[in-house]
Amino acid sequence: MGKYHGKSTTVLKPKTTQEVSEIVKWCNDRRIGIVPQGGNTGLVGGSVPLRDEVIVSLSNMTQVRSFDPVSGTLHVTSLVYYVAPHNHIMPLDLGAKGSCQIGGNVSTNAGGLRLLRYGSLHGSVLGLEVVLPDGTILDQLTTLRKDNTGYDLKQLFIGAEGTLGIITGVSILTPPAPQASNNVILALPRFENVLPLYKTVKRQLSEILSAFEFIDRTAYDLAVKHGQGRALSEGEVEGAQCFVLVETSGGRREHDEEKLNDLLESLLEADEPLINTGVLAQNPAQFSSLWALREGVTEAVSKEGKAYKYDISVPLSTFKECVDLTRERLRSKGLLNEDQVKAVIGYGHVGDGNLHLNVIAKSYTPEIQDALEPFVYELVASHRGSVSAEHGIGAMKTHALHYSKDEVSIAWMKKIKAIFDPNGIMNPGKVLE
Amino acid sequence: MRPSPARLLNILVPVKRAVDYAVKIRVNPQQTGVDLNVKHSMNPFDEIAVEEAVRIRERLSKDSEPVTITALTIGPTKSVETLRTALAMGADSAIHVETQESASSPEPLGVAKAIRAIIQKQESVDIVIMGKQAIDDDFGQTGQMLAGLLGWGQATYASKVDLDLVQKNAVVLREIDGGLEQVRVKFPMIITTDLRLNEPRYASLPNIMKAKKKPVTRLTPTDLGISFEPQMEIIRVTEPPKRIGGAKVESVDELVEKLRAAGFTAV
Repeated sequence: MGKYHGKSTTVLKPKTTQEVSEIVKWCNDRRIGIVPQGGNTGLVGGSVPLRDEVIVSLSNMTQVRSFDPVSGTLHVTSLVYYVAPHNHIMPLDLGAKGSCQIGGNVSTNAGGLRLLRYGSLHGSVLGLEVVLPDGTILDQLTTLRKDNTGYDLKQLFIGAEGTLGIITGVSILTPPAPQASNNVILALPRFENVLPLYKTVKRQLSEILSAFEFIDRTAYDLAVKHGQGRALSEGEVEGAQCFVLVETSGGRREHDEEKLNDLLESLLEADEPLINTGVLAQNPAQFSSLWALREGVTEAVSKEGKAYKYDISVPLSTFKECVDLTRERLRSKGLLNEDQVKAVIGYGHVGDGNLHLNVIAKSYTPEIQDALEPFVYELVASHRGSVSAEHGIGAMKTHALHYSKDEVSIAWMKKIKAIFDPNGIMNPGKVLE
Repeated sequence: MRPSPARLLNILVPVKRAVDYAVKIRVNPQQTGVDLNVKHSMNPFDEIAVEEAVRIRERLSKDSEPVTITALTIGPTKSVETLRTALAMGADSAIHVETQESASSPEPLGVAKAIRAIIQKQESVDIVIMGKQAIDDDFGQTGQMLAGLLGWGQATYASKVDLDLVQKNAVVLREIDGGLEQVRVKFPMIITTDLRLNEPRYASLPNIMKAKKKPVTRLTPTDLGISFEPQMEIIRVTEPPKRIGGAKVESVDELVEKLRAAGFTAV
C-alpha cells in the first residue's frame, strides 16, 4: 500500500525448517535482527524491516506434508487451494487469499470473511512447528483436537506477529466444503436496522449462516465506482443508508434455499420492514459478483487514494457512530475536501463486531495523521474496543497498544518476549515498543 | 394467422436450464455424457434474452405500449426453477413443457418444433428472443430452425435491438466475423442474442416473491402433438487429453537440440 518501505539489504529464502533454524541461530549468535516474511500482504507493517534486519522469506516453504480426509486435518507450510479437490475448505478466507501464506496468517491470527462460521485460528490451528529465536525447533505439530497436557504453548505464537519465533509448519483443521452456497445483498434504510436484522437472520438461518457483512453507502458507492462487481439497479439502492451481505453455506441446496426464502419473505412482508429491498444471486456468476461488491471495497479504496486503515472491534451498535464521529472530526479540522480527505467509509464483519474504518486521502500528510490519531484510538478505548481486531499491531500501532491492553497485560507480554527472545532479534520494533 | 390486437407486443423467450458455466465439467464414467449432478442455472445467452425482453418493455412502457413477456422451457421438473428466474427478472407468465427426468436432452429440431407448436397455440407472438446457443450442447441451431419452420425473418447474434412499432419491424445490429452488420427484419421475427447485447440484472427480492405467484402453464409433448425422439446417437463423450507440463532447459544449445528432436527445423 506504499506506506511502509523496508531498508533491508538481505533476503534469505530457506527451503526447510532445518535451514530456518540454522539461519536464526547464526543471527542470534551475532545479534542480527530478523524479520520473518510470508506473503507480505499485511496492512500494519508487521513484515517490513524497520532498520537493516535480515528478511527471512518463507516463500519457498510451500510443500503440503500430509492430509487426512477423514478428520480433515492438514499440515501445511504454505497453502494454495490444496484442499479443494478433497472437498474441504480452509477455515479462513481473506481478501488476500491469492498471495498470503498460512504461516503469516497464523502469525497474525488473521480473521477474514469466514470467522463467523469457523471461529478464529486459535481454535482451528491444531499444531505448530516454530523455530525459536535461538534456533531451537519447537515441534508441536500434532493433529489432536483435544490435548490438555500442560500449557498450550502454540497459542502464544498465534498472533505474535513473528516476535516470538518463526512459524515453519502448521496443522490446521479444514471443514468439509459446503455443497451449496447462496448469497443476498440487502439494502437497509437506516443503520439502526442492522442489529435487529442480524438477530433475525441468525435466528432463522442458524447453522447455514456463513457470513454477515456490512458495507456503508459510501463504501458501496466507491466499490461500484471502481468497477468491483455489478451494481444493483438505481431503484434498489435508492434511499439505502447501508447494505448487508448475507451468505449461507450448507449441505443441501433445497433445504438452504427454503430457509433463505422463508427469511426473505418474512423480511419483506413485515409490518415495519427492516430492509428496503435486496437481490438474491441466481447463479454462481452473480454469487461472485455480489461478493465482489464487498471484497472489492479494499481494492477500490487503494484505487481511490491513500488510505488510513483502522481495523477496530467495537460494539455493533456504535459502528455508525465511529464512522460519523471520525468524519465530523476531519470536517471540523477543515480536512474533508477533494485535496485532502476524500472519503471516510465503514465496512466489515458484523458477525464479529469488527469494523474497518477507512479514511481515504489524496496523500499521507501529518495534518491528517494528527487529526486521526490518537482520536480514533481514544474513541475505540471509550467503547472498550480493540484498536486492532484482525490486522495486528505490526509497526503501525505499537504506540496504540495501551488503548486496548492495560499496563499489567503489557508488562507480562514484555516478560514473555524476554524469555523467548532475550536478545530481541525477532522482528524488532513490532507489537511491543 | 396472427391476429394480434392493435398496439400490443407479445414476446416469447425460450430458456434452457443448463449446467452452470462456472462448474468444472466432468465426463461420466460410462462416457455417455457429463456429470449432471452439479449446479445448474439458466443458459447465459437465454438470460440475456430475458433481460432484452424486459428492457424492451421498460423502453416501450413510457409510450404506454403494453408488452407481454412469456418465458418457455422444455425439460424435467427442475426446469421450473429456471422459469422462476425468468419470472423474477420480469417475464409475466411461463410455459413448462415437461419431459421425463430420464429422457435424453431434446435436439434442436425437436425444440424448434415444440416452440412452433407453442406459437401456433398462442397465436399472437410477435417476437421470439432466444439465446444464440446453449452452453451445454453448443448446437446453436434452434433459432434458425424455428425461423425456417415458421417462415419468419431472423436476426441472429444480436448485439443491439431497436424496435419500430409503427413500421412493425426491428433494426438489429449483428455480430459477424470482422465487424457488425445492421439488418432490418419485419415482425413476426426471431432474434438470437449474443454476449454483448446487455448485462442481465439481479433478481430483486420483491420480484422474486412476485414471481412465485405468476402463472406457469404445464404442458406435455403429447399436448403439443410432438415427440422429442432423438435422431442422433451419442457414441462417446471424452475429456480432452491431459496437458503435459513443460520443462526447463539449461542452455540455448539444449533448447535447440530439444526443438530439433521434436521435429522443428530452421526456416
